[in-house]
Amino acid sequence: MEFISIQNVTFQYESQSEEKPPKQVLNGISFDIPKGSFTAVLGHNGSGKSTLAKHLNAMLVPNTGKVFIDGMDTSDEKLVYDIRRKVGLVLQNPDNQLVASIVEEDVAFGPENLGIPSEEIRVRVDEALKAVDMYEHRLKAPYKLSGGQKQRVAIAGIIAMKPDCIVLDEPTAMLDPKGREEVLDTITKLNKENGITIVMITHYMEEAVLADKVFVMDKGKLLTSGTPREVFSQVELMKKHRLDVPQVTELCHKLRACGVEIKSLPLSEAECTSMLKEVLL
Amino acid sequence: MRDITLGQYFPADSVIHRLDPRVKILSLIAYIALIFCTFNFASLAFAAAFVLTVVLLSKVPVRMYLKSLKVIIVIVIITSLLNLFYGTGEPIWQWGFIKVTWAGIHNAVFVCVRIVCLILLSSALTFTTSPTDLTDALERLMKPLTVFHIKVHEIAMMMTIALRFVPTLLEETDKIMSAQKARGADMESGSIIQRIKALVPVLIPLFVSAFRRAYELAIAMECRCYQGGEGRTRMKQLHLSKSDYLSMIVTLLVIAGVVLFNVLFPHLI
Repeated sequence: MEFISIQNVTFQYESQSEEKPPKQVLNGISFDIPKGSFTAVLGHNGSGKSTLAKHLNAMLVPNTGKVFIDGMDTSDEKLVYDIRRKVGLVLQNPDNQLVASIVEEDVAFGPENLGIPSEEIRVRVDEALKAVDMYEHRLKAPYKLSGGQKQRVAIAGIIAMKPDCIVLDEPTAMLDPKGREEVLDTITKLNKENGITIVMITHYMEEAVLADKVFVMDKGKLLTSGTPREVFSQVELMKKHRLDVPQVTELCHKLRACGVEIKSLPLSEAECTSMLKEVLL
Repeated sequence: MRDITLGQYFPADSVIHRLDPRVKILSLIAYIALIFCTFNFASLAFAAAFVLTVVLLSKVPVRMYLKSLKVIIVIVIITSLLNLFYGTGEPIWQWGFIKVTWAGIHNAVFVCVRIVCLILLSSALTFTTSPTDLTDALERLMKPLTVFHIKVHEIAMMMTIALRFVPTLLEETDKIMSAQKARGADMESGSIIQRIKALVPVLIPLFVSAFRRAYELAIAMECRCYQGGEGRTRMKQLHLSKSDYLSMIVTLLVIAGVVLFNVLFPHLI
């Protein structure tokens, strides 16, 4: 079995009012995520992607179907904290995830909860802060940091627990372009250098391009999956489900439709310019 | 507005900063009790001199202390005046029903010096101790209270979170006020009642957002395996060093000094 295995999961939130029947948020979704990979889950608002993220560390438990983390069933209450140790979840708003009023103490919060001896916490906190490049800010108050820096502190707080996998639920949605770049660089680095499995929930196509594999969700179901190139070459399918493809991909897709000869669709600006040069020169 | 923080911590490297926060809290309590046990000018002067030494040792700019005194100055003046005019005994100056006696002057000076010392020492504690250290020390000091089923860890955690969110919520208040002003809300004119009413459209969104933040924070804390105080370790261990023992000895000496002055000069008013 793969590291994360989602098997035919359905989920609905409890109904708020009598008249309205509860909406099925997850509708029989299944996929596997191998260890050490970088996966992006795409979908527009209401596609169930955030709900799915909360299933990966047993914050939510499926109504039917199963989620296995490293072979552990998330519906087994005894395993909840073992699962959360393995899979850390970073949320959208960095302001609401930080507990302590000093950066390093916030990073220590997770390991402190795990009951790790003080000397080792110190080592882990320093390592985690260095890994997200926030070591020199360790004694600052979180409110003095920028959004991108706060989100990196939140990520450090998860890393200090030494998880195998980090799930990020739209980690860049509330950040400015600079903060977004900082966070994405950090995530990619953690995946490549530290071998941490990354699952990033996002609705930015440009971010999904960074992943090894993309899962596209729509109405609680898996719409399509594959490498970013495979997924984004299905421009028509994506458009039909109100999803975008990266701008450069769309540009080349339109050019191709007009009869310009382009072999494959590009994913990044650099790729696009070199392709266009080839065509034009 | 963003610079208002509870217990304004002023980072510096001084003897007082390095002391164990538990020792600082306990010493503060001892000194407060002591200041109210000074019965003559000699012991009062001795206690005040000690307070000034602590203030100077803390390496915090004196204007910070003056700032904290400014807040309380009206209360000091009013209580001193009341004491001045309500003394008993032979009046040395009288105008209508207002009379000033030696006992009145004595009381006024004592009350004034005592309150000032109190404020200076408490400020010295908050200036030299970070809020996290303070809550941490309080949690450890209150630990024996768990016997009475008082949830010490939970109280400390609430204080930590409250301190953490003060700047965040202040910033948010600023934003909401600007947003409401942009829609034509008037918050700066009118009677007091009108102004209080004008705050309602600020407070409601603020509360709603605070609840939303609390909900998200709870999720984030659960994600980080928070299960209450049991089985939790701490990164920063507090342990008493040589200077902590030294400061405890100094505290005892000052107490002895005040008692001595009280006994030696019982007639110095």
